[in-house]
Amino acid sequence: MHQLKFDQKVCASCRSADCLLKCQYMKFSGHKEAHGEMMKIMKGKDSRVLTECMTCYACEEYCTRGNHPFYLISERREEKGMFTAPRPITNQWINMTKMQGKYLVGDVKDKALSCCYIPDLGALGTGEIFKDVASAGVFGAEFMCPAVHTHFARMSVIKERLPVVIENYRKLGVKEVICLHDECYGTLTSIASAYGMEVPFKPVYYLDYVLQRMKELKDKIKPLNITIAYQRSCSNRLIPDKLPVVKKIFQLIGVKAPKRTYQDKNALCCAEILRSISGYKLADDVVKRNIDDMVKVGAEYCVFNCPACQISLSEKVAKRGLKPVHIIDLCKMAIGEKERGTI
Amino acid sequence: MSDIRKSLVDIVGERGVSDAPEELWFYSRDPGVLAPHRPDYVVAPQTTEEVQKIVRLANRQKIPVIPMGNGMSLAGLVIPLKGGIVMDMKRMNKILQVNPMARYVVVEGGTSQGALKAYLQKNHPTLRHSIPDAPPATTIAANVSLHGQGRLTNQYGFNSDMVTGLEVVLPTGEICLIGSPSIGPYWISKGPTLPDLSGLFLGWLGCTGIITKVGLKLYPNKKIRDAELFVTDRVDLIPHILYKLTHLEMLEDINVWFQPKPLMFLGNFHITIFFTGDTAEEIEFKRKMIWDTLQEYMDSKDGGFMAIQYMKSVLLEMPGRNIADFADVPKGGGFEYSGPIAPIEHFPQYAAKLVELAAKYNVLYASAARLISGGHAMMFSISFAFNRNDPAMMERVENALDEAMAFALDMGGIPWKPNFKEQKMTLERMEPNARNLLLMIKNNLDPQGIMNPGNWEVNA
Ligand SMILES: Cc1cc2nc3c(=O)[nH]c(=O)nc-3n(C[C@H](O)[C@H](O)[C@H](O)COP(=O)(O)OP(=O)(O)OC[C@H]3O[C@@H](n4cnc5c(N)ncnc54)[C@H](O)[C@@H]3O)c2cc1C
Ligand code: SF4
Ligand code: SF4
Repeated sequence: MHQLKFDQKVCASCRSADCLLKCQYMKFSGHKEAHGEMMKIMKGKDSRVLTECMTCYACEEYCTRGNHPFYLISERREEKGMFTAPRPITNQWINMTKMQGKYLVGDVKDKALSCCYIPDLGALGTGEIFKDVASAGVFGAEFMCPAVHTHFARMSVIKERLPVVIENYRKLGVKEVICLHDECYGTLTSIASAYGMEVPFKPVYYLDYVLQRMKELKDKIKPLNITIAYQRSCSNRLIPDKLPVVKKIFQLIGVKAPKRTYQDKNALCCAEILRSISGYKLADDVVKRNIDDMVKVGAEYCVFNCPACQISLSEKVAKRGLKPVHIIDLCKMAIGEKERGTI
Repeated sequence: MSDIRKSLVDIVGERGVSDAPEELWFYSRDPGVLAPHRPDYVVAPQTTEEVQKIVRLANRQKIPVIPMGNGMSLAGLVIPLKGGIVMDMKRMNKILQVNPMARYVVVEGGTSQGALKAYLQKNHPTLRHSIPDAPPATTIAANVSLHGQGRLTNQYGFNSDMVTGLEVVLPTGEICLIGSPSIGPYWISKGPTLPDLSGLFLGWLGCTGIITKVGLKLYPNKKIRDAELFVTDRVDLIPHILYKLTHLEMLEDINVWFQPKPLMFLGNFHITIFFTGDTAEEIEFKRKMIWDTLQEYMDSKDGGFMAIQYMKSVLLEMPGRNIADFADVPKGGGFEYSGPIAPIEHFPQYAAKLVELAAKYNVLYASAARLISGGHAMMFSISFAFNRNDPAMMERVENALDEAMAFALDMGGIPWKPNFKEQKMTLERMEPNARNLLLMIKNNLDPQGIMNPGNWEVNA
């Protein structure tokens, strides 16, 4: 079984302890306390972090020293038999995402377009932007990144399933897998490397692919001239180096994303997992602060990068007068493939 | 042409009668597992007077009459166990009056649930009735004849409790008004403050007369309906969770369901909580009340709410479609359920029994319990799916259902829409004086024993 690579020495000598100090859901008096808690976790001792962490993934980004604090927290929780979300919800996710031989594989050659296990992604990965790869779609639990189980502190499920997923892609003989979901790309890069799993093909981040295509389609782009607020997803925290890609796409299609309080490192998640773990109070508060912030900067659209965030927040942003739209659909709007009104 | 056929044609016209084998084939069976039995005639009256004439004819000739709505009880209640005339009520489908201020409707004895729903939506959008999850073509009179339950049963009781008056053709042919319409023009009470005669017909499965008109209570149709879905893997907690939810006294409907397929449902018990409001604030207030009352189970990690945005539209459908979907899991589209009425504290025992029976008889199970009257009782559905083209599987389902009913009776439950075998089991256990009272009523109302014979057949 693959083990998490966690360099204890790096942590022991860490002068920032940013992983916990920057956490949006726990308060620490200062470096000493935060670092102390991390040390406890490392040594397998009890820590309040193990009960209070909301699984927002952000400390994976806050630690800039190459360690994986969130994966470690999840490992320790599981070792101690702890549950983040209620047990029946945790098990439901495990059951729901089990491989049952019901998958779809398109006309895959060198490249596969991964739709994970999210039906909405199939419709997104179409049109002029994806014309070369749309027919190479793959979908199903057999090709799903199991990263969601980190929310439920069930790293054993990831360790068991991810090698099978990687092997399933390998068997397709692909050289590249274009991941339509941050979570897939994050899994095949961040998680796979943290657990020393070899990935025998090149994972491609879909927004890199989209950016490249939009450059090629430059002539077709009519600047949208709209103001938006971008909803960063939790799994984007696993691949923070990809954050600038979003901004480049916005520039290319004439979209203004005014600076707001909850963006980039300080972004707030869609809060669905918070609702599941702790109830509506914290979740409603986070959603309210987040949408207030979007409204304050005059955003007309709320732009999503993750279908799960979109499902959870669409109605809520719409009630506040913002139009919910996936970033791919925004690009399709810019090249005239989608009407603004149909969003 | 036989004399009887000719007499029937004289009453309802050529188009209203059939003894064509291909039509009798359909009227011989229902979608459940019970064996078919052929009727001699099918007749479809259009007026109360026609019903009266048919019943008088049947009385003279001592021929069974089986009133039929849409034949979807699944318990073989319209299979003509002793042949005779199946009286298909569907042509008596008028909505006769709505009193919006007194919130009731009067419909004919073959009016369907779907027709009333559509009519209210169009003409009285602030009113609704308690829609069961049965297919929309099922009828209102049949539903109260078997004490059905619907969307408003948790708040207001069995659908038959919502009756506000009846017009009935007695087995001897008299047309009789029951409740307030027997005194004056208003259909506001099926019984109280008079001696409640509606009990002579409600729940009798068509054995004591034919309902030709039903008055039914209507209720406020709030602008917004919403749902939450709570899951737990601890069956022992279900009664407590239901107790807490019903204490809120503001929920439209509460259903508890569990099934092994698809895999995401395995191992968990799901509580669908429906609630309504006229404003977003009202909905949010109620949602918070629901979450607050179950917070302790989230804290102990024993239960939690599912994110249901993607399935909400399906959950909110009325009638719900997913019960019928279950029928096709083993392919071949059959399912039957028995639904004993039981105290909610027995949920764990019933759940265990269902799983045990499914394993013993090698059949696929599902269950969807519905709360009745704020938790005084529940209808616990013991459902099995089967392939209609597999007689051996159907027999196993039949045996499993028999055993389920014996268990329910042992547990002190009472049967809902019992088939003739379950009625027999029930009568055998009934206190003798109560059984004799039933016999007395049945014999007096139906001296020739022509009404849906084979059902509620009491032997002295
Ligand atoms: C998928 C599915 C879901 C269901 N869900 C529900 C539910 O949520 N709640 C519920 O209550 N039921 C439910 N049922 C059971 C059943 O379909 C309903 O109870 C329905 O109301 C039966 O109506 P029907 O017209 O098909 O009755 P029928 O089967 O035609 O008749 C039922 C009984 O009523 C008698 N009867 C019919 N018309 C008259 C009359 N005019 N006068 C006197 N007696 C009459 C019949 O003789 C028979 O005994 C469900 C069934 C299915 C298939
Ligand atoms: S996880 Fe990273 S930020 Fe946190 S203490 Fe260790 S090295 Fe420092
Ligand atoms: S995952 Fe989020 S909530 Fe948990 S410790 Fe890291 S930053 Fe805090």
